[in-house]
This record gives sequence, C-alpha cells and structure tokens, in this order.
Amino acid sequence: MGSNTLSKLLFGAAFLGAGAVAASAGTLDDVKAKGFVQCGVNGAGLAGFGAPDDAGNWKGLDVDACRAVAAAVFGDPTKVKFTGLSAKERFTALQSKEIDMLARNSTNTMSRDTQLGITFTGVNYFDGQGFMVKKSLGVSSAKDLDGASVCVQSGTTTELNLADYFKSNGMTFNAVVFEKQEEADAAYDAGRCDAYTTDASGLYSIRLKMTNPDDSIVLPEIISKEPLGPAVRQGDDQWESIVRWTHYAMLIAEEFGVTQANVDEMKTSENPEVQRLLGVGEGVDFGSPIGLTKDWAYNIIKGVGNYGESFERNVGEGSSLKIARGLNALWSKGGLQYAPPIR
Amino acid sequence: MTLRDKTAEDSPRSWVRAALYDARIRGWVFQAVVLVVLLLLTLWILHNTAANLRAANIPFGFDFLHMRAGFDISQKPIDYTLDSSHAQAFKIGLLNTIILSVLGIVFATIIGFIVGISRLSNNWLLAKAATVYVETLRNIPLLLQLLFWYKAVLSVLPGPRQGYMLPLATNLSNRGLTMPRPIFGQGFDFVMWALLVAAAIAWGLARWARTRQAATGQPFPVFWASAGLVVGLPLLVFLALGAPLTFEIPVLKGFNFVGGMVIHPELIAMVLGLSLYTATFIAETVRAGILAVSVGQSEAAFSLGLQPGQTMRLIVVPQAMRVIIPPLTSQYLNLTKNSSLALAIGYPDLVAVFAGSTLNITGHAIEVIAITMAVYLALSLITAAVMNWFNARVALVER
Repeated sequence: MGSNTLSKLLFGAAFLGAGAVAASAGTLDDVKAKGFVQCGVNGAGLAGFGAPDDAGNWKGLDVDACRAVAAAVFGDPTKVKFTGLSAKERFTALQSKEIDMLARNSTNTMSRDTQLGITFTGVNYFDGQGFMVKKSLGVSSAKDLDGASVCVQSGTTTELNLADYFKSNGMTFNAVVFEKQEEADAAYDAGRCDAYTTDASGLYSIRLKMTNPDDSIVLPEIISKEPLGPAVRQGDDQWESIVRWTHYAMLIAEEFGVTQANVDEMKTSENPEVQRLLGVGEGVDFGSPIGLTKDWAYNIIKGVGNYGESFERNVGEGSSLKIARGLNALWSKGGLQYAPPIR
Repeated sequence: MTLRDKTAEDSPRSWVRAALYDARIRGWVFQAVVLVVLLLLTLWILHNTAANLRAANIPFGFDFLHMRAGFDISQKPIDYTLDSSHAQAFKIGLLNTIILSVLGIVFATIIGFIVGISRLSNNWLLAKAATVYVETLRNIPLLLQLLFWYKAVLSVLPGPRQGYMLPLATNLSNRGLTMPRPIFGQGFDFVMWALLVAAAIAWGLARWARTRQAATGQPFPVFWASAGLVVGLPLLVFLALGAPLTFEIPVLKGFNFVGGMVIHPELIAMVLGLSLYTATFIAETVRAGILAVSVGQSEAAFSLGLQPGQTMRLIVVPQAMRVIIPPLTSQYLNLTKNSSLALAIGYPDLVAVFAGSTLNITGHAIEVIAITMAVYLALSLITAAVMNWFNARVALVER
C-alpha cells in the first residue's frame, strides 16, 4: 500500500506540471481558497504525537501544531484535514503538494533540510533515540546488545543511527527492517528481535501497545539527537514564517503565562510583550505582514492553548505517556524551548 | 471547371483521395501520428518533471548511488558492510528478489504439478483434498496469507536459546534456520569443473542412448549411468585433492547464533506464502492442460501396454505441456512481481532495501522508483524470453 501511494505521488508530481505553475501563488492563498490546512501526520498512530482517539478525533502534539496553524490562518482550529503518512511517504507527500505542512515526528537533519526541497520550521519536541528490550534478556545497558537482532522501521534516521551506534562501539547486530511501524511492533512482540529501537518518546507509546507492556523496559542510553519538528516546502517564505511563528507564539504564551483559559483576560494586560503577542493596542499588528490578522496569536492560544498546555495534555502528566518536560522545558526553566521575541 | 476533362491520374486532389482510401497508406499515417503524439507526450512529461523538480529545489541525478549507505540489511548474499554504497545495497536487494523468486517458482511448480495431477486422481480423498487446497488458498488475498505465514512462523518457533537442535549442527528458532557454512579450500574449483565435465558427458550419453534406442530398440540405463557420472567424477576429484572443504559451525553466543549460514524466518514465510498461493493457479493450469489431451491418447497408450505412470509421463504430459506453458509463464511473472510484497514482513527485497531505505535516506524518489520499475520489467522480460524459448522447444512440430 505504501508503494502504491508513493507511485501515485510520483505520477502526481510528473503530471501536475502545468497546474503547478499556476498554483504557485503561495501556500497561504491556496489554503485560504480551499478553506482548510492539509496536514501530514503519523499514519500509524503514534500516541501522544498524532493518533485518532476512540471517537476518531486526531489528538497529539503534532496534531496540535497543525490545529494551531489552522487557528492562526482561519481563527478556527478545526479547519484542518489530516493525511496519515508512513515514514516513507511523508517527504514525497510534502514535495508533491499533497499536503501543506508536515507534522509527523520528523527529525530535522541537514540533508533533509537542504536536499529534499523542504524546510524545517522549528523543533516542537527534542527527542533522542533509545532502545527497548525484553526484561527476560537481563540487559541493563545498550552496550550489552552485541550480536542482537534489532527491529527498526525503514526510511528513518533511526535506521542510520542504529548502524552508527553499533559500529562506533565495535558491536555487531542484525537489523530487521519493516516498512510500517505496526509491523515492526508486531515482530518485536512476537519475539523476532531482541531489541526495538526508535525515538525514546515513541518507545514509551509503543511499549503500551505490547501484549505485556511490563515485560519490556526502555534502556537508559540515548544515542542520538532527534529534534522533531514541522516542515514546509522550500521557497514559500511567507508560509514558512507562519508555521515557524505559530510555534513561537505558543512558547511565548507559556513564558508569559497566557493560557487557553485566561487569554481573554490577558487582553487587558499591561505587559507590552503580551500586548504584542495578542495584537492589543494602537497600531500593534504583527499578523498582516505574514498575511494573517492582527489577533493571529490570540486565535492560536484560544483554539489550542500554549505549548506547555499542549505538552501536558498530549505527552505529559495529563496523558498515559507521562513523559517529563526534560529538554522540552522552556529555556527559563532549564530546557531548550526558546522563542525569539515578538517585536 | 469541368471534371469531365480531367482524368484521375493528373489531378492532385484525386491522388490525395486515392491515398486516403488506401488502407495501407492510411495505416502508416495513423501509426506515424500516434507515434509522434506518444513521443511528444513522453517529452512533455519528462520536461515537466524536470522543471518541477528544479522549481522545488530537488536535485536530479544518479550520483547518490555512490554515497555511503550506512544501514544494515538482514540477509546479505554478497559482501556488504555499513560503509558500502547504495549501489551495493541495490545489488543486495536485487539478489534477494531473485533468490526469493527462483525459490518461489521452483516450489510453486513442484507443488502445483503434484496438486494439479492429484485433482484428477481416482483416489477420492486425494482429489478432494487437492480441490479444498486450491479453492481455499487461491481465494484469499496474498498479502493476508504472507502476514499469516510470518505470524505463524514466528509464533510456532521458540527463541534462539530454546531452538530445536537438528542433525548436522542445524538449529531452528524464530531467528531462522541456522546451519554450517561451507568454506571452500584451495583447489575446490577443480571439483566444480569436474561436475561440469560430468554433466556434459551425461548429456552426450543421453543423446547417444536415445539415438541408439530409436535405431535398434535397445534400452540403456541412462538415469543410473548419468547419476553415477555426475556424483562420482566430482567426488573422485574431491578426494584426490584431499577434501578441500571445511564447515563453519554456528555457535550460540550472547543473543544469537554467530557464524554459519542463516535462512531468516522472513524468507521462510515469503517462500511458503508465495509458492503455496501461486501453486493453486499452476495446479489449475496443469489440470486444464491434462484435460485438454484427448482421452483417446491414454486409451491408445493403455492398449499398447503402457502402465498408467508411463502413460502420464510419456504420452499425456508432453502433449499437455503445450497448453500448460503459456499460462505457466504468466504465473511465474506474477510470482516475481508479487515478491515485492516482501516489504510487508521485513524481507529485504529490492523494494524494501532500494525503494525503501535508499529512497528515504537520499530522497531521490523519481530516480529510485524508475530504476526499480526498470528492474522488474527486465526480470519479467527475461523470464518471459526463457519460457518462450522453452515453449518453442515443446511446441507441436508439424511434419
């Protein structure tokens, strides 16, 4: 199925030709014309990042990134349609304009950022790759995994980091590569592999899907930097700015204590930074230069909440994953999440 | 102007009209037009693709094939390390596809012929069992069957530490079938040469025996003579050279077996799934082929005193082959193409390795997919060419 979609995309790319030239007016205009943002998310359903809930509503940190952009553009976080994508399909889907933005726990790397015709707009989750093993193996460190079979999903930076880690530690391994995450999950569950590797955040959510989650443990080693973030097509600076500043607005809101609940009261705040964020005051309009209204950030916070709220709701204490803020805390609280000021 | 004064020959208009009504010329013109349109369309697509890629800042080219691949592949029939290039990964994927297809074709043919003949058996139980097999397996989608077999293989087999020890240092577990790997010593190529020579002699012997039997009616034990030659001659050379062959025995070390050869569970599941599925279609083809041979042929053979087995082998099957081979070719082509479903269960075939990992790491989707499609096309055309050659050999020779 994956390759079918892929070839469809390829032929789409080939045939779109004439249409593509006319439609290059700008992603924002296209999005406004069709009335919704088409957003690529994790098709396999990665709990906490992008997965439909029991009622079929998409939930997750990445999903919130899409909804926030919809809120910024339309003032309505529901004006978004989701395309579930596999790791293989995601960049082609963005290149071929099947989606307007990609928020699918994708790692920002130099080659992706510079050679694929796409641009990463920021980091909405600082992650790192780890290992999960069966407790019965009696392994307590990734350094003990010499000779292990490792289940991994194809077409990911994970696949390459895995190889680099074992090579640099002088260990051998056997990679069993699957196209889809569900298949890799099932094979690990069935005992095909000794270890499973993906981003640590993913390990926690996949562990919950195992027949006996308590039989597996996540090893302490983090072997890579995985800055996950949304991406857009290269060459549309306006759209890139919108997606980038949507994330920043959520960070700034958290920094100044603006939440979904108190955003209306905050409109009367005397703090000039908050006023600039919410577009309050004479001549304060940071929205129109990027094609939005002056209350663009107000709409984001009203519709989705600030970054901290989104984090807690989806992956933090308010979720089943219970991941600590760690690197994803604000810079003022010892983390790496940092937004330039709105000025 | 009066038409009466002009004859058909000197009027240019009527010359055009004559050409227009000439079926041959009209045919040429239409074909030329279609060809030009097709070429223009192709050029337009290529040009457009190139322009779109340029507009999207995606570089086009095949240099990526020489870049370091950096990912591991579970089944490596030739040398491959993490430092190998994407071109080497491509070769591995291609070889894995060929290995899978050849194994699938061999097993599907054997099972298919047995089941096809069984369906026509007078043994009620055997015939019904064959019917149930065919009707069940050919009506379930192949992908589901592959997932089923993979799940079955993994669930039935124990972990590597509890694997079943089989004779000859072979072990069966959910990591696959681990067995000793032969290491060919100095001079082993002479043994291979001896095998080739023996095969050539056996072939000549068979020809000579056939000619002699046709001329004099004297039979010759070709099978036993050839078997003795093909086994005996290489064995003699092998012993004369001092047995230049050792085995690397796999040892359980840490998590898995180290050393030896492994047949991974993915390959086992793929071969099972592909051959059992395709065998149902081959069985039906074989049944149809045999039924196409008129009953009179068998009756004539019986009246000459041939046994049922001989009748089947010497009279019915050779005639049935003419009907069987063309659809059999299609089944082989289907099997080869269906082998690309391997990526669903983690078997590293061409699609999984090259159109999967390589495509994603390099991002050269158009180049990679184009190469992959060209490879499948080439594989299918080669299979079809071989089968057509075979078909021509068994075709009815009109005398």
